[in-house]
Amino acid sequence: MAVETEAHAEEHATSLGIDNRKLAIWAFLGSECMFFGALIATYLLFHTHLNNGPGPRDVYNIPFTSVSSFVLLMSSLTMVLALAAIQKGDERGLRVWLLATAFLGMTFISGQVYEFTEFFKEGLTLKTSPFGSAFFMLTGFHGAHVTIGILMLLSLFQLSRMGKVPPSDSLKVELVGLYWHFVDVVWIVIFTVVYLIPAAKK
Amino acid sequence: MATALAEGGIMRRPSAKSGIGSWLTTADHKRVGILYGYTAFFFFLIGGLEALLIRAQLARPNGHVLTANEYNQLFTMHGLTMIFLVVMPLSAALFNYFVPIMIGARDVAFPRLNAFSFWVFLSGGLFLYSSFIFGGAPNGGWFGYAPLTTLQYSPGHGLTFYALGLQMLGIASIASAANFVTTILNLRAPGMTLMRMPVFVWMTLVTSLLLLFAMPVIAVALFQLTFDRLWHSTFYNAVAGGDPLLWQHLFWLFGHPEVYILILPAMGIVSEVLPVFSRKPLFGYSAVVFSGIFIGFMGWGVWAHHMFTVGLGPYANSAFAVSTMFIAVPTGVKIFNWTATLWRGAIRFRTPLLFAVGMVAMFVIGGLSGVTHSLVPSDYEQHDTYYIVAHFHYVLFGGALFGLFAGFYYWFPKVTGRLMNEKIGKLHFWLMLIGFNVTFFPMHLLGLMGQPRRTYIYNANMGWGGYNLTETIGSFLIAFSMLVFIFNWVKSKRSGTIAGPDPWDARTLEWSIPSPPPEHNFDEIPIVKARDDFWHKKYAEDPAGRPVPVPVGAAEATAEGVHDDSEGGAHKIHMPSPSYWPLVAALGLPFLGWGLVFGMLPIIGLGILLMLGGFYGWVFEPLAS
Repeated sequence: MAVETEAHAEEHATSLGIDNRKLAIWAFLGSECMFFGALIATYLLFHTHLNNGPGPRDVYNIPFTSVSSFVLLMSSLTMVLALAAIQKGDERGLRVWLLATAFLGMTFISGQVYEFTEFFKEGLTLKTSPFGSAFFMLTGFHGAHVTIGILMLLSLFQLSRMGKVPPSDSLKVELVGLYWHFVDVVWIVIFTVVYLIPAAKK
Repeated sequence: MATALAEGGIMRRPSAKSGIGSWLTTADHKRVGILYGYTAFFFFLIGGLEALLIRAQLARPNGHVLTANEYNQLFTMHGLTMIFLVVMPLSAALFNYFVPIMIGARDVAFPRLNAFSFWVFLSGGLFLYSSFIFGGAPNGGWFGYAPLTTLQYSPGHGLTFYALGLQMLGIASIASAANFVTTILNLRAPGMTLMRMPVFVWMTLVTSLLLLFAMPVIAVALFQLTFDRLWHSTFYNAVAGGDPLLWQHLFWLFGHPEVYILILPAMGIVSEVLPVFSRKPLFGYSAVVFSGIFIGFMGWGVWAHHMFTVGLGPYANSAFAVSTMFIAVPTGVKIFNWTATLWRGAIRFRTPLLFAVGMVAMFVIGGLSGVTHSLVPSDYEQHDTYYIVAHFHYVLFGGALFGLFAGFYYWFPKVTGRLMNEKIGKLHFWLMLIGFNVTFFPMHLLGLMGQPRRTYIYNANMGWGGYNLTETIGSFLIAFSMLVFIFNWVKSKRSGTIAGPDPWDARTLEWSIPSPPPEHNFDEIPIVKARDDFWHKKYAEDPAGRPVPVPVGAAEATAEGVHDDSEGGAHKIHMPSPSYWPLVAALGLPFLGWGLVFGMLPIIGLGILLMLGGFYGWVFEPLAS
């Protein structure tokens, strides 16, 4: 998401008292809920349609995914620390925590790449079955969202190095944070609904 | 580096105020609105030509004008064009031009994002039409039902163009919707409370929220279709355990809110036009607003009435039948309020009012035939016949397009500074109304006689020839009325009567500023004290409730008093600078699309580079100097 900064920058108050950019991000995240909602609904419809291929219980490695889920959740903590740093005027702290968040995000993505490779070796691909199609599309789009988030974090890091994220403009960090936390929350839903529940089913 | 950027350097923002460059880089909501308008009208002419070809083919039994495949491409593209490239962007044109002015703002919340929405829409439209060059247009109907649209049954690239093209148009819609939700909620002038907003602004808000939540659903369905076609996933492959019914659910969960996305803006326009030309406030303002909101909510609970014949079972069918009947109630509330607005008004039958009344009348017919679909057994009879075609043309052409034309005639003087010619305008209205009814009314009868939709040929023994010929004649009458309209448009734009700021003695803020409006809209942001504030500045009421003009100058004096402490004159106003980057980012999408269709990695890479480059240029370009 490109962040627009110039519109009505000189106006003091908006009608609702919320910054335009923040309102727009919330609207966008509402839209994203429907996007992931439709993907998750598809997965729920198809997770038992195996087409003689491997099923959830055959491929899922719950301990491994638990660790990568933990890593992603910790990235929300570092994101909060990044925002807290800039709100206290600590630009160096901001950059440290932004890099930490991006690093944790990349760790999660690496875990996903590893996981996809393993599933592929065990015979689950996009073509295998509706289960495979729905699984790869849902988790793949989530991974794409994390990747875009990482790009935004690194761009923010660069902007900060150029001196363009002063404490007075901490909202920029907050906006990226809103997106990042949203993507994390979606992962909590995915981990529960996609991994834990089908794996626990007999 | 940082200082070079701050001062401009290679990232300097464009500054042209006229010429093609200024249109390519504009971020002014009024210019973006005009771009939307011209582009959508251009697509309207193409969609109309497609319709004429369809009618020419069906004019006689066993027609020879088109082959079956050409016919399929044309009715698919006609539907896609009219919905996604005409009615939606024509509404967007009016949103863009008038919503900021009507709420007393100087621009939308995100001017560059607004320009981006337009360029993505244009790219998506051209991408969709490029399919004609690259081996054939989509031919699976605008609803693109799987499994017909999967690779196995529709080889070739047409439906991949469909899936990716609609995806692009969806991106444009979501960006624009987020922008308008923010603009309407956040940029209202002081005193412009939600319940003082013009109904058109309200309907824009509801439409934007519908877009925001409906578009991602179709996005998922389109991704699934794309993956099935390009990479052989199995979402809609029944042999592998996929479920084609999923497409129908996802499509109509988007598709039914989409119907309200198409009609609510027109309802908003009619709610502006009727009061002005009856010189009365809108009857039951809050009822009209709340019924619009209610329609927006209920629109999510009726989608399976498109699927009664699928076999969902009696419980699901009954539930959706009831909710479908129920959604007619708020629509009826609006109709009664519009009628009551006209009742005992000092009516002036100018062209905008003719189109508004035409919209109400035609929409009632379309609405009533729509309610007959809610009866499941009756729907079994009507499903996939011309009765359905008649119904949705009465709501989308008779409803949405008549409403949009009302808006066009109503606001033309504001945009151009000149009035449309009344005589030619009325001629246009009557030709269009008669042509419309001659074309679409017989479709009800043909449908009940059993003529199926989407067949390119019929046997002479069926006895459908007479009605079909009548419809074809009607369709050419509509086409002729459009020529009259274009003539009027060109003539009035060049030499129409000078309109002045308020030619209709209207009620809302856009009429309080010059025609055409200056770039910054308002020299001073207005302070709003009532619904229809501009009217109340012009008229007081006598004890019997009749309007009495306020002496000239008195209103000015009060206004001056109010504005004394506001932020100063036009010379200080800072407007957003133009930018190249929305165009660059938007241009990436069609390249990404062509690359995916033909599996060419360099083209995909070029598309991604353009998009990333566009977005980075956007974020890093200096703020307006």
